[in-house]
Amino acid sequence: MISKILVPVKRVVDYAVKIRIKPDKSGVDTESVKMSMNPFDEIALEEAVRLKEKGVVKEVVAISLGPAGCSETLRTAMALGADRSIHVETNQDIQPLGVAKVLQKIVLKENPQLVFTGKQAIDDDSNQTAQLLAGLLGWNQATFTSKVELKPEEEKAVVTREVDGGLETLSVNLPSVLSADLRLNQPRFAKLQNIMKARKMPIERLTPEQVGVDITPRTKIISVTEPPSRKSGVKVDSVTELVDKLKKEGIL
Amino acid sequence: MHRLRLLNTGIRTQQICRKFHSTPARRVGSLHSFSEEEKLLKDTVARFAKEVIAPKVKKMDDISLMDPTIIRALFEQGLMGIETSATYGGNGMNFTSAILAIEEIAKVDPSVSVVVDVQNTLVSIPLRRWGTEEQQQKYLPRLCTDTVGCFCLSEWGSGSDAFALQTTARREGNSFVLNGTKAWITNSGESQFFIVFANVDHSMGYKGITAFIVTKHNTGIKIGKRENKLGLRASSTCEVNLVNCVVSEQDVLGEVGKGYKYAIETLNEGRIGIAAQMCGLAQGALDHTIPYLMQRKQFGQTIASFQGVRFDYAWLATEIEAARLLTYNAARLQEEGKPFTKEAAMAKLFSSEVATRVASKCVEMLGGVGFTKDFPVEKYYRDCKIGQIYEGTTNIQLETIGKLVVKEYE
Repeated sequence: MISKILVPVKRVVDYAVKIRIKPDKSGVDTESVKMSMNPFDEIALEEAVRLKEKGVVKEVVAISLGPAGCSETLRTAMALGADRSIHVETNQDIQPLGVAKVLQKIVLKENPQLVFTGKQAIDDDSNQTAQLLAGLLGWNQATFTSKVELKPEEEKAVVTREVDGGLETLSVNLPSVLSADLRLNQPRFAKLQNIMKARKMPIERLTPEQVGVDITPRTKIISVTEPPSRKSGVKVDSVTELVDKLKKEGIL
Repeated sequence: MHRLRLLNTGIRTQQICRKFHSTPARRVGSLHSFSEEEKLLKDTVARFAKEVIAPKVKKMDDISLMDPTIIRALFEQGLMGIETSATYGGNGMNFTSAILAIEEIAKVDPSVSVVVDVQNTLVSIPLRRWGTEEQQQKYLPRLCTDTVGCFCLSEWGSGSDAFALQTTARREGNSFVLNGTKAWITNSGESQFFIVFANVDHSMGYKGITAFIVTKHNTGIKIGKRENKLGLRASSTCEVNLVNCVVSEQDVLGEVGKGYKYAIETLNEGRIGIAAQMCGLAQGALDHTIPYLMQRKQFGQTIASFQGVRFDYAWLATEIEAARLLTYNAARLQEEGKPFTKEAAMAKLFSSEVATRVASKCVEMLGGVGFTKDFPVEKYYRDCKIGQIYEGTTNIQLETIGKLVVKEYE
């Protein structure tokens, strides 16, 4: 049995929301828009909780970096099975390097044998935090996992990764940083019993200064624009016309 | 006299206890202000409804049968014991949480919503409020985890005139023997637990009506004819037959002869649940309609951009919001221990009317496709009609409200 898995969860715009760009093109409009836990983080959390239920992990700790609303995300994490959570509160822009540095400090404090993130956040699609964290810690990493088997007695995990060529199975020594891909599992719904239990569960509150990290963004977003709208196609009335048009466009 | 005083104290204590629940005593904010748990519950149930219930809605309606896996899932999620205290296996949440759950499910399927509504209001309230400690310990945990219940009041000869019920309860030693036929009983097809209203002494009129707890273990209770309904088809509505059904006096709920009071008070509160179901139904119909209107074009523009159509759905959205606010307000009044009978009746009256208007208009705005079973909106149109009928017809609500309005001027 390993003692702890740390699961970072990010508060992002809900996947079902139709996003709009702010008029000044500085980013996506998040005012009064529904926010939820990043779906890939949910998958990572679900896997960690399942491992706990299997009896191979003692404690699952959720952590989030961000504004006050993150406590809702952490409450959800606990309703889904995390034992406790940590909120590093900040109103600054969150970027992967800052997150990785905060997580590194927390890892040194908490000593988890696994850090399990989602492969990327659906707002910035960076796909960097897990990799940066592994680098900062000097740990190995297995990203895009679609299957995880923990072997605590041998102090390792056997993971299957989704890669461009197909599936790759690796054996990694603990401690390790893993990131979850879509097909790893199907997350559960928070049961009402657990929602009520989560109310009384502790959220440790910290600031980046207390953790000892400068999370000032290193990259500046210059502008965000919508992709060009799809131009409608042309309808033709016969196969002859179709062949003609294709020839004219130089495709045939 | 002495017993009456104890009963009143009991109810007041219940109301005071409810004040210290997770509801803030003073509301600062709109009726759309929810606590963290209420928000989390609303989101979770919405997702659950969309992912677990939605794929099965059409089939359940087509075959007029509730999928047993859905009922099991409702129990597993804790949705069948929302307010019941954790001591008895429930979740100890507040009334608004139950209302939100009923509303969110109704957006997807009003039939599944009514199962949750009846279980959490009509069945749970009498047991929690007037049950003895033994009865609560014996039955509440089962109602929270695996046993569907139902509320057996109506009969073929007594609907609105509920107290004209003919089912008799004859005293025999330490038991009562029940004989009669109950009709229109929601959930009865899946039920193993029944709250049955019967008269111990017809010469006393409604003051003989007594509430009894009956389970499938009792002899003499049988589910009869299942209604073939216009809407809410997946929800079972059956006859319940009592033939020399023996009920121990331990299973009398509350006091003999006080059943009429329990029935009225339970229905007064339960109708807020129906109001929530109707709000959800209306919203669900609109949610299926507007996106289509934004896509379909006629005369070179989207249906949604025609001013006449815009005025139509603007009205619908306004009425749904008004119905919702009436519903949430009635729920909050109940939580605060304040009188809510008038507001609850208004919420149910208005929500059911709005649901029929919205569902009807949505079918119309969709045009031909709205009239086919390929599109989900015709189901909402069929489902909505019962809202004006069950748990107190529209006319009964108007009577209730009218009488309370006059009282304010006396």
